[in-house]
Amino acid sequence: MCLATPAEVVEVEGMQATVDVHGTRREVNVAFLDDVQVGDYVLLHAGFAIRKWTAEDVAAYEEIMKDL
Amino acid sequence: MKSTQEHLQKIREYASGLDRSLTFMEVCGTHTMAAFRTGLRSLLPSNVNLVSGPGCPVCVTVDQYIDEAMALAAKPDVIVATFGDMVRVPGTGGSLQQARSQGADVRVVYSPSDALDLARKCPDRDVVFLGVGFETTAPAVAWTVKCAAEENIDNYSVLGAHKRVLPAMQALVQDGEVNLDGFMCPGHVSVIIGSQAYEPLARQQGMPCVVTGFEAFDMAEGLGMLLQQVREGRTEAENQYTRAVTPEGNPAAKSMLDEVFRHDDVAWRGLGTIPDSGLSIRDEYARCDARRRWPDLDLPERREEQGCRCGEVLRGLRSPDACPLFGKACTPSNPVGPCMVSTEGTCAAHYHYGGAQDAVSVQSASASQAERGSAG
Ligand code: SF4
Repeated sequence: MCLATPAEVVEVEGMQATVDVHGTRREVNVAFLDDVQVGDYVLLHAGFAIRKWTAEDVAAYEEIMKDL
Repeated sequence: MKSTQEHLQKIREYASGLDRSLTFMEVCGTHTMAAFRTGLRSLLPSNVNLVSGPGCPVCVTVDQYIDEAMALAAKPDVIVATFGDMVRVPGTGGSLQQARSQGADVRVVYSPSDALDLARKCPDRDVVFLGVGFETTAPAVAWTVKCAAEENIDNYSVLGAHKRVLPAMQALVQDGEVNLDGFMCPGHVSVIIGSQAYEPLARQQGMPCVVTGFEAFDMAEGLGMLLQQVREGRTEAENQYTRAVTPEGNPAAKSMLDEVFRHDDVAWRGLGTIPDSGLSIRDEYARCDARRRWPDLDLPERREEQGCRCGEVLRGLRSPDACPLFGKACTPSNPVGPCMVSTEGTCAAHYHYGGAQDAVSVQSASASQAERGSAG
């Protein structure tokens, strides 16, 4: 249920946003985050965005995935 | 940044200097699966054990809850909406999947907001969402309850079994039945509750705690941090998963939890009733509480346990392979207990990835620790 992958926000409308995860689009609820913008990366759980990743967080994630 | 290999090397170095074995517990179904999937379990030194605790929400849910869900599903005007894992869990009178094959309207949803949408679309039916999950899931469910109240959607309700992870971890330590040297704390629960939440467990109960992510790298680094705490005699709440977890967690999600739920004493499979470990719907939202809407559900008489050892598995006392039914009477296609049903269940993980050697190591670790007395 929890995707540890950063999902990129491609559209925001009120509390709903569309995100892109590896080319797949999903509708998610962003009620628990402040000021979500197109281009932000978020962590998803059960259709809700529960955390906004900073650029450094995303870079750290990519670094780790390279290591595997 | 160090590599996974370097973290594993550090673990091996620390472990070779130990005069005893150490047992750490993870309390998250995703960790259970990841430890097998990434091969981490098989790479650990023989005196470092990683056992699974009560970290699979479906597994810790008691039979009576399935019975309640079945009784609701039997009502012709009710649609039961649930996450997929719940439909195959056997209750006293069978599973929701069986009920569905006999005509009950049971629908699998990806998000609680899908269940709320279903209620909007079917105004003549009562939609009951099965609210199972820890603090990662509970805020999303709280949001649907608040939304239903605000929009006067009166055909939506939640049959709640939400739980808080921390009280269960504290109860396990207090109980002392399983001797632990520290906790690998759940990454995504901690996104919500924050890494500070484990301070009491670390400081007052003397348990090293490290919030850990889900890649092999994360788990190797997290275990290394736990070993380092033990070696240095520290008991702190540390955070390996800093790219996702902050000390304070997600404030908006936490206040949503507080607004809709209150802490309550609830029963866990295998662990009994734990004070303040549940999240029950507040009186202000009573209309969305399925138990208050249908207070007189016709529940079947409870039957005796049928040899399933899920309770001991969930307390970290027994490896699934040491259950007499494992892989014989109990398999993922014919599960006897919830630990074999859920993709996050410990028995399902052992079944899918094999692990006969784990049974031996967990038991010998428990034995050596019993001799030693209390954990470090
Ligand atoms: S193997 Fe099956 S019967 Fe045994 S503890 Fe696990 S779920 Fe229960």
